[in-house]
Amino acid sequence: MKNTVFFGTLATGALLAGIAAAGTLDDVKARGVLNCGVHTGLTGFGAPDANGDYQGFDVDICKAVAAAIFGDQSKVKYVPTTGETRFTALASGEVDLLVRTSTWTYSRDTDLKFDWAGVNYYDGQGFMVRKDLGVSSAKELDGATICIQTGTTTELNLADYFKSNNIKYTPVTVADDADAQRQFLAGACDAYTTDASGLAASRATLPKPDDYVILPEIISKEPLGPLVRHGDNNWGDIVRWTFYALLAAEEKGITKANIEEVASSTTDPEVRRILGIEGDEGKMMGLDNNWAKNAIAANGNYGEIFEANIGSATPIKLARGLNALWTQGGLQYSPPFR
Amino acid sequence: MAVANDLPKPEFRLSALIYDTRYRAITIQVIVLILALLFAAWLMENVRSNLALKGKDIDFSFLWRRAGYDIGQHLIPYTNDSPHIRAAFVGLINTMVVAVVASILSTILGVFLGVLRLSKNWIVSRLVGVYVEMFRNVPLLLWIILTSAIFSESRPQPKDFKVIDGVAKADMSFWNSVAITNRSSNVPMPVLDRPLPTIDTPWFSISTSLVAIAVLLGASIWANRLLLRRATAIQQATGLRPTTWWQSTAILIVPTLAALIAMGFHLDYPVFKGFNFQGGLSFDHAFTSLTISLTLYYAAVTAEIVRSGIQAISRGQSEAAFALGLRPGRVMSLIILPQALRVIIPPMISQWLSLTKDTSLGIAVSYLDLRGTLGGITLNQTGRELECMVLMMMIYLIISLIISAIANAYNSSVKLKER
Repeated sequence: MKNTVFFGTLATGALLAGIAAAGTLDDVKARGVLNCGVHTGLTGFGAPDANGDYQGFDVDICKAVAAAIFGDQSKVKYVPTTGETRFTALASGEVDLLVRTSTWTYSRDTDLKFDWAGVNYYDGQGFMVRKDLGVSSAKELDGATICIQTGTTTELNLADYFKSNNIKYTPVTVADDADAQRQFLAGACDAYTTDASGLAASRATLPKPDDYVILPEIISKEPLGPLVRHGDNNWGDIVRWTFYALLAAEEKGITKANIEEVASSTTDPEVRRILGIEGDEGKMMGLDNNWAKNAIAANGNYGEIFEANIGSATPIKLARGLNALWTQGGLQYSPPFR
Repeated sequence: MAVANDLPKPEFRLSALIYDTRYRAITIQVIVLILALLFAAWLMENVRSNLALKGKDIDFSFLWRRAGYDIGQHLIPYTNDSPHIRAAFVGLINTMVVAVVASILSTILGVFLGVLRLSKNWIVSRLVGVYVEMFRNVPLLLWIILTSAIFSESRPQPKDFKVIDGVAKADMSFWNSVAITNRSSNVPMPVLDRPLPTIDTPWFSISTSLVAIAVLLGASIWANRLLLRRATAIQQATGLRPTTWWQSTAILIVPTLAALIAMGFHLDYPVFKGFNFQGGLSFDHAFTSLTISLTLYYAAVTAEIVRSGIQAISRGQSEAAFALGLRPGRVMSLIILPQALRVIIPPMISQWLSLTKDTSLGIAVSYLDLRGTLGGITLNQTGRELECMVLMMMIYLIISLIISAIANAYNSSVKLKER
């Protein structure tokens, strides 16, 4: 009996996976809703607000993709995933797209068979400690107990960093950000390590943010971005170019407020192509020609999304830094729309 | 009138497989077996082809790649350079440590509580009843989380033990030897200054000092038994029992003590240094809270099993024992419990099995057991879900089969011998 149930589950899982392997765009269109894997709750990046609606920097990518496909940013079903469950959710077809501060690495790209559609946040791993601990550098953390989210690249970076600096630590593995905050607040660990952006987001939600400091060391490169499964290149293109449309919109000064005005008055051929006024760019991916216009109109361009969710006016107070446009000394750069 | 009994045997025909009752049962079983095998083959083929569709294969070579992550509690040498299979082995040992410690503690506590449950003292019996019902009827996972929360919320942080200007916010217990912080329990560790050499095997190292002490202790106990047997023989021959207590004490204590002193035995006390206590023996609260909750929960279950086992013994047995003039304690230990064991052991086997499997709930408090290493971090970092899960299920299956084999062997040795 037990065996039957087990094999039944296995078979169902296998069947579902088989179905999902067909054209993702067709599946999403037939379903009428985009399944988007997001954070269980990381303020600013992906967390339900007071009304239970998901909001955040990553969530806005989901909304932009939904707007590009359906012309309606609300046609998204958010699937909360933990660091441990996210890749299984994507690989099994439970979600069409994963936007959950996931680091682009070689082995995830090749061995786990995913495709990163771009980098929506250039990040690095940092440490947060209580101010009264009197620590000013991560190298002083010899012998400390450190909270670390399991199933992440940060787990491996941490081990490497302490090893290369020849210092010791005790790991306390936690499942997600909320668990980490609870343990950190209770003093079960001296330091909490994750992506610096995540630390800033966590710090903003702690009872007294000023009692905590983020140490200056950034111990790794963490390019975070939206990702899809291998094997459906058109679907990867849709996500990739939706993200680039948001970037290009910032370059070209197209905002949520002025998009209609720009559309009616612009003479810039590239802007006209982005907004679907001339050319058949959308058709090339199986979408409407105004796909990019819808995506931008949903929540504005990349810069607007950044400032609204994690920018200096929000409690998270992240500077653009590496995530400024290439024209302003950052790394964000969109290939040409041609 | 005679009836011819020797009817000619009907010739075997194909239709006999269905219409002949002698063959029908076998026919049906063979058909069911074929269908079951076909179904299993279809499922496996389904898994294989769907994995192939996603460009995945079944490959266990990741087990020999560098794990890259650290494990807080490791009883065998382990670094982040060790391969995944060693991390899994570390996890397996962590699983077994909790399972063995909690099984022993819960059995002792459970037998004790089961006997108390039948006490004639109303308050004692009801108190135990309340305990049993409370623990049995709340999910084990909640007890684990509660125990862990009590430790992390109620105990002071390690830095509170730091002495600033001669004053510390928190004091160590037991004459400055034990410190229970909100992270771990730090107790003194027995250390040998001049230990015997250790034997290193690729998987673990054997401390010959420990083996030597164990052998010495075993020999002392055996010598002591000889002494007592001799005393009994003298008592039976002469009616006078020679005084043996000082000889016993000497035999039991002196050799071991001498060996310990020769090897330079002393205690290493935990001392607060930097961020945490250094030195001594440190038990992580993930381990402690998991062990405590498993012990308390399964003690409640064991208590019920013991109670039912005792009640299964007819009252005539204890009445007869009382009539012989035995005191209640001896009636319990000599008459009732040995017979009750036969009823108790079979359900206890399944309790030990459940306990072992329930150690995987340690995931709730980040205890890195087999589920946490092989089924958690390794699975996640390598993305080999199917392989890790299949491997983990097989390991749990093997552990369970071993436990039940041992327990069943014990059971058949104590069960009523019928000739």
